[in-house]
Amino acid sequence: MLCDVCKCNDATVFLTQILEGKMQKVNLCDACSKEKGVQDPTGFALADLLLGIGAAEEIEKGASTQKCPVCGFSQADFKKTGRLGCSACYVTFADGLGGLLKAMHKGTEHVGKLPERAQRAMKLNHRMRALNENLQKAVAEEKYETAASLRDQIKQLESELLNSP
Amino acid sequence: MKFSNVLATAGEWLRGEGPHHQIVISSRVRFARNLRDRPFPGWAKKAERTSILDLVRPCVEELSEMQDSFSESLQDLSALDRQVLVERHLISREHAAKGAGSAVVVNRRQTLSVMINEEDHLRMQSIRSGLQLKQAFKLVDKIDTALENRLEFAFDERLGYLTACPTNVGTGMRASAMLHLPGLVLSELINQVIQAVSKIGLAVRGLYGEGTEAMGNLFQISNQTTLGEKEEEIINRLTKVIETIIEKEHDARQVLLQKKPNTLSDQIGRAYGVLTFAHAMASKEALNLLSIIKLGVDLGAFPEERRLPIDELFIDTQPAHLQKSSQQKLNAEERDHLRAQIIRERLKLFPKPDISKMARESGNGSIADAIE
Repeated sequence: MLCDVCKCNDATVFLTQILEGKMQKVNLCDACSKEKGVQDPTGFALADLLLGIGAAEEIEKGASTQKCPVCGFSQADFKKTGRLGCSACYVTFADGLGGLLKAMHKGTEHVGKLPERAQRAMKLNHRMRALNENLQKAVAEEKYETAASLRDQIKQLESELLNSP
Repeated sequence: MKFSNVLATAGEWLRGEGPHHQIVISSRVRFARNLRDRPFPGWAKKAERTSILDLVRPCVEELSEMQDSFSESLQDLSALDRQVLVERHLISREHAAKGAGSAVVVNRRQTLSVMINEEDHLRMQSIRSGLQLKQAFKLVDKIDTALENRLEFAFDERLGYLTACPTNVGTGMRASAMLHLPGLVLSELINQVIQAVSKIGLAVRGLYGEGTEAMGNLFQISNQTTLGEKEEEIINRLTKVIETIIEKEHDARQVLLQKKPNTLSDQIGRAYGVLTFAHAMASKEALNLLSIIKLGVDLGAFPEERRLPIDELFIDTQPAHLQKSSQQKLNAEERDHLRAQIIRERLKLFPKPDISKMARESGNGSIADAIE
């Protein structure tokens, strides 16, 4: 069996980690295991950390050729540079990035500054969800007058969302 | 504003008298921002980078804080001029290596600089003298909000501001302070401090940031993580840690004064001797010796009015500043010679260290009393 990192020497170090119910295996040769300083493989997605994001899945599925639809960036590019291609890459490679971000940061969700634009959009989205829930409830309870009024409000909000910058 | 104007005046952070300025050289806060759905600078083709620059640059230049600013494309700056900007911490080493499609805009007081198409589309930084992280944060926050009205930034409800490198995602904020810690280095306590700081999720780096060596007993401390914590919380946490380190540095100096006054006097005397008489000096040696002289000023061995000339030498003896002042390209040997010459000239009027005046910072006892 060849080393997953250098792909030329025979693997002598076999690491197995169970992360969120999924088993990940990485095989390394002596030199690569020393170079990567594999000592305490706890608390992070091992394969992701050693081989780059999404590597754990890639090993399972075979080589992934997934590319970002917006900018054409691939996982292989990330492995090379450690940087992403565009903001949409965060959606494209969300699965692989999840573990990496968790290992890197204090939390997994942003709690800081919100741009005004985003605040407006978030408020509108929030209201939309509430209206839709109420509408379903009204229909279920056969309150058709309420439902009609709610539907009008949703239409109004939809046009607001379309026109917001 | 022209480059010559930037060069002629030192930044506010160097001359300034911010809180704790004896130990905290400067405080910096930078935000990383990107435009939505446009490729990040490292992945964008040249034409795309140029079009992003053309979109962003006028918005930055028109900020009220950027009136009479210095604004230049990187390709129009010589390698030497770029290096001068690096030595002043106005651009990063990475940005200095950029060419077409990248630019820098610096305000008149050199307290604010915006790098366009560095690793991210926008890197805006405020730099202040002493421990002023909150003030630096306020300034960057203000221009960020102003720019947000004109540019649509890449932002995700869950992940926050999206950046080229996942290590910056969330707030996109890096806050850092440059500390001068000769006391902790001389008493060999510095590694303990570095380890303790690393354990609580803060990073310690050398003079020019990531991957650089600590010279002149100068250390940069910054936040490591950007996701899951509010900007104000990060700033407050960092400020508290720095205040603790300042205390430790003062303590270390007191212990040195009390327990090793001869070692301390010897260090200061030697630094003074070498700087005053040497004819060739490498930049690293100069920084290390100037650091000891700076400590001497802090402790009273040199008069207070000698502080500014020493602080200026820290910058003026850096390789690019040196070559700029001599207006020619110099090889390493010529630079070392010129550096020694400049230092000798500036120290001509410098009095000899007066060891008897080295007072313990608290109380009035001089080192002479301590020795008795």
